[in-house]
Amino acid sequence: MIAGVDGFMYPNEVELQWSVLIVLYPYITGLVAGAFILASLERVFKVEAVRPTYRLALLTALAFLLVAPLPLQLHLGHPERSFEMYLTPHRSSAMAMFGFVYLWYLTVVLLLEIWLEFRADIVRLSQTTTGLTKIVYRALTLGSQNVSPAARALDDKVGFAITVIGIPSAFLLHGYVGFIFGSIKANPWWSTPLMPIVFLFSAMVSGIAVVMLLYMAAMKVKRRPIDMNCVDTIAKYLFYTFVIDFTLEMLDLIHRTYEADESFRSLDFMVHTRLMVSQIIVQIVLGTLIPLALLAMNQLWTFAEKTRRLMYAVAGGLTMIGIFAMRWNVVIGGQLFSKSFLGYTSYKLDLVTREGLLPAIALMLLPFAIFFVLIKLLPPWAEEPTH
Amino acid sequence: MRRLFHEWGHLIRPALVLLAAMGAFLVVRAAVIPKEFGKYGHFRPGALDLVRSHPIHYAGQDTCVMCHDDQAKLRASGKHAHVACEACHGPLAKHADDPSAVKPKLPDVANLCRRCHEKDASKPKGFPQVATVEHSGGVVCNSCHQPHNPHL
Amino acid sequence: MDISRRDLFITGGKILMVASVGATLEQITGAEPAPDKYKMADHWWGMIIDVGKCIGCGNCVRACSNENDVPEGYFRTWVERYQVAEGEENLRVDSPKGAIDGFPPSSNEALKSFFIPKLCNHCVDSPCVQVCPVGATFDSPDGVVMVDESYCLGCRYCVQACPYGCRYLHPEKNTVDKCTLCYHRITQGLTTACCENCPTGARQLVDFKNPKDPVHEFLRQNKVQVLKPYMATKAKVYYKDLDGSVR
Repeated sequence: MIAGVDGFMYPNEVELQWSVLIVLYPYITGLVAGAFILASLERVFKVEAVRPTYRLALLTALAFLLVAPLPLQLHLGHPERSFEMYLTPHRSSAMAMFGFVYLWYLTVVLLLEIWLEFRADIVRLSQTTTGLTKIVYRALTLGSQNVSPAARALDDKVGFAITVIGIPSAFLLHGYVGFIFGSIKANPWWSTPLMPIVFLFSAMVSGIAVVMLLYMAAMKVKRRPIDMNCVDTIAKYLFYTFVIDFTLEMLDLIHRTYEADESFRSLDFMVHTRLMVSQIIVQIVLGTLIPLALLAMNQLWTFAEKTRRLMYAVAGGLTMIGIFAMRWNVVIGGQLFSKSFLGYTSYKLDLVTREGLLPAIALMLLPFAIFFVLIKLLPPWAEEPTH
Repeated sequence: MRRLFHEWGHLIRPALVLLAAMGAFLVVRAAVIPKEFGKYGHFRPGALDLVRSHPIHYAGQDTCVMCHDDQAKLRASGKHAHVACEACHGPLAKHADDPSAVKPKLPDVANLCRRCHEKDASKPKGFPQVATVEHSGGVVCNSCHQPHNPHL
Repeated sequence: MDISRRDLFITGGKILMVASVGATLEQITGAEPAPDKYKMADHWWGMIIDVGKCIGCGNCVRACSNENDVPEGYFRTWVERYQVAEGEENLRVDSPKGAIDGFPPSSNEALKSFFIPKLCNHCVDSPCVQVCPVGATFDSPDGVVMVDESYCLGCRYCVQACPYGCRYLHPEKNTVDKCTLCYHRITQGLTTACCENCPTGARQLVDFKNPKDPVHEFLRQNKVQVLKPYMATKAKVYYKDLDGSVR
């Protein structure tokens, strides 16, 4: 009898191949895509109410994007060979896209848009600061001090164009991760055309939630008033997106249960036993139904400002936990059952190994540390209006 | 439109940074990409040689038979005609390369014969199998059976 | 100041472009490899397995492990035992340590029971090759799916994509490993280690391009199946008398 195995697994299946780090990667890129979509709500779809979070959302996206490759590098057997993805990308592999989509999104979309948005402040700061800080800001200006109204008008137009390109780019950045799982015919838990769409909508949900939480936290720390119109609007969009996300996941579930193909009995048993806590309790009840209820209540009735803030904070926090659980259930869940449908294994999460819990926690905290540095470097709260 | 692009000079800079990075990438790529990659398919042709360079541990019965003619003839006339030498004697390519330097160990008869011939419900019905305890009462198999030609 | 910086950019860019084109051209014109007795184009490898002959002795698993230095606890080939009873839920399958030490005694109560040797199916449309991001796993022109251990990143995408569970991550090399159909042996006229050591001839290496190979008669005379045919991987390991209960 093999420890942790019930029934029969193919001998090579007993050990899980993709660990918590591979759960973390789609979670992080999902936050990037979601935060960017929220930013584009203001820039492209002219939802003025969410203006206060525009710069914040861009910086959030950047902080998370910088960390995104790290869980992958820690996971690879040979991280020193990862450059091979740029040398000889295999065009039939969705994973080979990663290097190029990531670089495209980082440079042409995020960095360029952030540079254009903050350029006036960077130039001003390069003139007003001294010492090392001055050198940093001088470098960031890329040598141009031109902040005339005509130049800034052009920046605005170009920034708009980049955001428009950025929306499908964000969909690609995270959608291809869904395709990585959804295109594996060997694994019935993963293989569904819905996978990229489910990933995308849950990404948007988590991204909007994280920006909302960061905005409320930042305003509290800076002792500034929270723009309730802004937060109410974000919560509204969070609600709509969440409804779509929930519908898609229910569609997948209902479809599986109805068709009840060869894999169904094995998967159903797995969900009710090994995934009982992470899927039923954490993802569905705590992470979806309760936040949906809290957000729905705010669409039906009006609550006092303080109550609303509390409801949004709880909903946002639970949402972020729930979407992490969703990634966990997809990645880990997909490896807990045997492809013979005759058995199950267990996931042993160590503490201090390369793919253990501690590195995972460190990687989750790192974007917040980077975010803190970014808002110090490029303050999202301009003293005077920039548009 | 002309008025819009009147002051576009600052946009050249990020474009140049990007182009320089792409240029640098192309140079590095040309330098480090494996030679002849893609010759037979999307892989490094050197990989075929790498796999083929793995050392051989089982010589194969055709090699054993070249020296051990007697045992081969004995075997060929019996029920073990299609059982390879190394199936019982283990990997002996080293012995075949240098017979006097590497002396093969004799197999552990009791366990070896039992592994194939112990009676079991999953084994094909026509296959010769016995419940060894009843069959020999603990006496080792080669007391009665000659392994190279086991029929009695 | 501005003009000379511009000049620098333009001149630098020109130099970069010339250098990259030059370096690329140098790679395209390579040297010719040494001549080889083995011609890949003359072979198309596969395997035939006669389920009715397998006695579950595990010789193949031990032989493969010895021949290819397979790390303990991982399997390039293994044998499964099926003990079928009436009612699908009463199927019992096991593979103790991949059957490297054979099997413990079977139950006498089963409706029928048998052994199924398994290995990489060296699929023609292999999903594992399809998903490799860099081309570290590939199919050779003579039909063998292999891993380039000096190029593999160890991302394990191919392990996830294989429907048959034949791949694993080598714990020391940190690259993916799997059955190579003993490519180092078959290209020198030997057979695979598993087929060499199978005492009953249940496993046999075949070469579809050889007109005298027994595979042609085998496929003509017998009812054969591949594992998981609905996956459409075009597997090249054919089983004679494969029962429907086999997963």
